[in-house]
Amino acid sequence: MPEPAPTPPPNAAPETAARQRWMAVLARTGLAALEARLAGAPPLPPHTRLRGPETGLVMLRGRAGGDGGPFNLSEMTVTRCAVRLADGTVGHAYVAGRDKAQAELAALLDAALQDPAQRPALMAAVIEPLAEAQAGAAAAESRKAAATRVQFFTMATMR
Amino acid sequence: MMQPGFTDPVLDGQSVFRAVLEATSRPGRVQEISAGLTPPAPLHPATAAVLLTLADTETPVFSDAGAAAAEWLRFHAGCPLVAAPATAAFLLATGAPPALEEIDLGSDEAPQEGATLVLQVASLAEGGALRLSGPGIEHEHGLHVEGLPQGFLAARAALAPLYPRGLDIILCAGTRVAALPRTTIVTALPRTTTVMEG
Repeated sequence: MPEPAPTPPPNAAPETAARQRWMAVLARTGLAALEARLAGAPPLPPHTRLRGPETGLVMLRGRAGGDGGPFNLSEMTVTRCAVRLADGTVGHAYVAGRDKAQAELAALLDAALQDPAQRPALMAAVIEPLAEAQAGAAAAESRKAAATRVQFFTMATMR
Repeated sequence: MMQPGFTDPVLDGQSVFRAVLEATSRPGRVQEISAGLTPPAPLHPATAAVLLTLADTETPVFSDAGAAAAEWLRFHAGCPLVAAPATAAFLLATGAPPALEEIDLGSDEAPQEGATLVLQVASLAEGGALRLSGPGIEHEHGLHVEGLPQGFLAARAALAPLYPRGLDIILCAGTRVAALPRTTIVTALPRTTTVMEG
């Protein structure tokens, strides 16, 4: 299900904000879509697994209303992975669900995207089309929701 | 450059824990650790494996092993690293350890809350000049330790009257592990003479 794109913290460095953006896009992309995109992209460098891929639980915290106290909503399944390239660059990925191949591929892409030489080609071939598709899906979802919105204009005019 | 941790965190952690358990329950018996770790210098595979197994987010670690080892530990074990030996639950010493009286030795009510010292030495072998006796040892075990810091055994012996407070020590060298729990009595045999003097 598409989610709205998160806004990075305002004080983040541009490098960090860019990385947050591609990591968010990768985290929302399933393995099949990722592999389909990679078919037309330059080959990825070889990598070593540093940690995982491993599956665990993350506690989701909610807040009742704007000023309510935080509470534990539920736990969700998350798979994480960290890989290292030959030059020492480390890539991380946290994805929802139990797909270890997806987590490893996302971590590898994160590592490769940190290399300025590979970034433009990978951004154009993988991240930008995926981001566009996700934004399109999110917009379609919110249009569908907006169509069912009830406008209480009659009550407003009666007052 | 960051090095990988355990290939299989569950099984490797369990087998290393078993080795440490054997080592502490039979002080002076040397255990082999076969988890194929390639930790950053100056850590030996055994030292790294013991810390990955025992340390986690709830155990502050004091380390004298430098930035690369500290970063590796923080990433793989997720343990907080502290600058003061007194606040640490595990102390990693690759050279001379901090003064033993500065280490948390637990309290008389909860002696199990004291810290554990993981001491990396040059080599370990059974049947050496150190004579060990106490709980877990039927008669006497011999242990050969190379690279023990100067005056370390005397400082350790000085803690004995504080029992049940005390310091448990895990010795690591290469892929080998041995332990000196707080109850073990260590006497160093003189190297050349065969006659013990009273």
